[in-house]
Amino acid sequence: MSSSNWTADFLARLSAGMAVAEIELSSVKLWQIESHAWQRFAELAMQQKLRWAAGWAEHVQNRFFINACFEKQGEYILLRTIIDDSNPELPSQATVYPAANRSERHTQDMFGIRFIGHPDNRRWTRHQAWIENSYPLRKDFPVQGMPVGITPPDMHYPFIKSHGAGTYEIPVGPVHAGIIEPGHFRFQAVGELILNLEERLGYVHKGIEKIAEGREPESLARLAGRVSGDTTVGHCWAACMAMEWAAGITVPPRASFIRGILAERERVANHMGDIGAICNDVAFVFAQMQFTRLRELWLRTNATVFGHRLLMDRIIPGGVACDLSDESCTLIKKEIVELRKELDEVILAIDLNSSLEDRLYTAGFLSEEIAAAFGTLGYVGRASGQDKDVRRDAPYAPYDQATVKVGVENQGDIASRLWVRYKEIRAALRLIEGFIDQLVAGDIRSEWRIPPAGSEGLGIVEGWRGEIICHIRFDADNKIARFYPRDPSQLNWPALEKLVLNNIVPDFPVCNKSLNGSYSGNDL
Amino acid sequence: MLRIFKKILTTGVVTERFKTPKDDELEQLGIEIKRHIDKRFSGSIAIRQVDAGSCNGCELEIHALNNPFYDIERFGVHFVASPRHADVLLVTGPVSRHMQTALLRTYEATPNPKWVVAAGDCAVCGGEFGVSYASCGAVSNVIPVDLVIPGCPPTPLALMKGLLGLMKVSA
Repeated sequence: MSSSNWTADFLARLSAGMAVAEIELSSVKLWQIESHAWQRFAELAMQQKLRWAAGWAEHVQNRFFINACFEKQGEYILLRTIIDDSNPELPSQATVYPAANRSERHTQDMFGIRFIGHPDNRRWTRHQAWIENSYPLRKDFPVQGMPVGITPPDMHYPFIKSHGAGTYEIPVGPVHAGIIEPGHFRFQAVGELILNLEERLGYVHKGIEKIAEGREPESLARLAGRVSGDTTVGHCWAACMAMEWAAGITVPPRASFIRGILAERERVANHMGDIGAICNDVAFVFAQMQFTRLRELWLRTNATVFGHRLLMDRIIPGGVACDLSDESCTLIKKEIVELRKELDEVILAIDLNSSLEDRLYTAGFLSEEIAAAFGTLGYVGRASGQDKDVRRDAPYAPYDQATVKVGVENQGDIASRLWVRYKEIRAALRLIEGFIDQLVAGDIRSEWRIPPAGSEGLGIVEGWRGEIICHIRFDADNKIARFYPRDPSQLNWPALEKLVLNNIVPDFPVCNKSLNGSYSGNDL
Repeated sequence: MLRIFKKILTTGVVTERFKTPKDDELEQLGIEIKRHIDKRFSGSIAIRQVDAGSCNGCELEIHALNNPFYDIERFGVHFVASPRHADVLLVTGPVSRHMQTALLRTYEATPNPKWVVAAGDCAVCGGEFGVSYASCGAVSNVIPVDLVIPGCPPTPLALMKGLLGLMKVSA
């Protein structure tokens, strides 16, 4: 897709100041640099308007590989530096890219790698489940850890304080009032006005990266499908793509189309749930009832056609687990025609409702500048002018054979995030119809080949929340050495801290819902 | 406004009829009940849902219980905002170590008599995550459990049957 030649220009610019070893890693360029140039690279990348997309580390035989993924115009660069594990430190990129902030803190907690000059070096993922100065993702850390009795609460996390007459603090969570995931929010407020919000996540940290080690591909795919339950198709696809890349396997065309149908069905289901829930949070129950009804019908079709309501474990390494019969295709197409009719009626009622207009417009405003600075993804980014979509910008099968229409808004408020979701539903319905029409006969699974030890792969897909990046490295004997999934929520959560400013505390639930970050996908 | 009423009327009632499950039906679903709720609670129970480390899959299906097809409130089952208002804790997920104290405190905050339902494979046996440096595994490793509803995630129907099985109501 990208016809520009910015990588060559950028490489030439870099080579003047630092040593860069370029290694072709399938379609992504892997650039290896010296650790002392880590921050300098970020500065130059920022000047060239590269987007920081992901960061993670690996422990490989007494050395740490530190990786960062950058993107521009649909082209991805994997940046790597290798340091000794005896005194691991390197300059921080978070000073240049705010998006890298929490990622580096996660790496610091999990590997004990120090990022010099990091603007906020408080711990992030670690609460009290393991002691300071021990690091779960180092290879010598036992997967069972060393738990002693009951894990104490995380009492002394240094939250930002506010001072002055009339300011007060509201602690919320980890157990919330609704049926949602756990996390802690600390508000500073004056009257009802939010002065500051600080998120404290990590409560659902389940050690996904650690327990992935030593798994075989099929088992890893199942785990990936549970990184975030609402994104089971997205994460499973990204992980399988990374494994297939490492193993040099091409997925049969029929399987690619079925994967596309699964991913779009997941997108539609989640967006319908979200639109209903956003309206419900401002007490417009009509929309909630209609959308939960439509979502239920949609999930029932999932169960009929694919055998699982949320489509878990339908994508497997090398292909998909279930085929589509002609009757199923007819059923899906018929359902889409009916859904369109229903949406037309319901959405018109929403659009013309003055109380929704009153509550959703201008509330929870996220400016284009802040959205860009945090690398905000998916519908949150697209509602604030970030015109990004992996399906269009770096298309993978089957999207390379489709026209992906990307819905963008630029008002940056809750209403924009609602309308982007609606546009995405309509676009997804068209995509599903297209994929069914293009569905070719053939196998639905390629045979698995055991990849050589040390081989690695990246999976980059557009999940329903936005871009998912997944890195996998294999050990010998088909075993996983490293699994890192970067859920879009990791980059979207910081945007919530900004978009609630100057809103009132009672509007926090609807602001939060309009972003709908995954706690599980963030905490891993 | 007329548009809204028209849509409501043309949609009609989609709520489905539902029979109270028999014991063998529960067994078939793998639902295991150690204790029924006292008779005096029957007909109305208040549930506090606690995600103790789930992937959010179970939450999606628990949400579905309130959609117009299942409408679990018609059986007197409602979800409340505080454990202090609850008869039942509906716990999902393997219990992450970071949530261990929070779950224990939620349990303590729930007045007696109380019941604990572990919903989903992770809550029942640790599921895909098991016990590790970060996870305590099954809910019963942390607090006593009265009812287990397996599934990844359990379908709304399995959840309905389990909860109504616990209540032993005649609906």
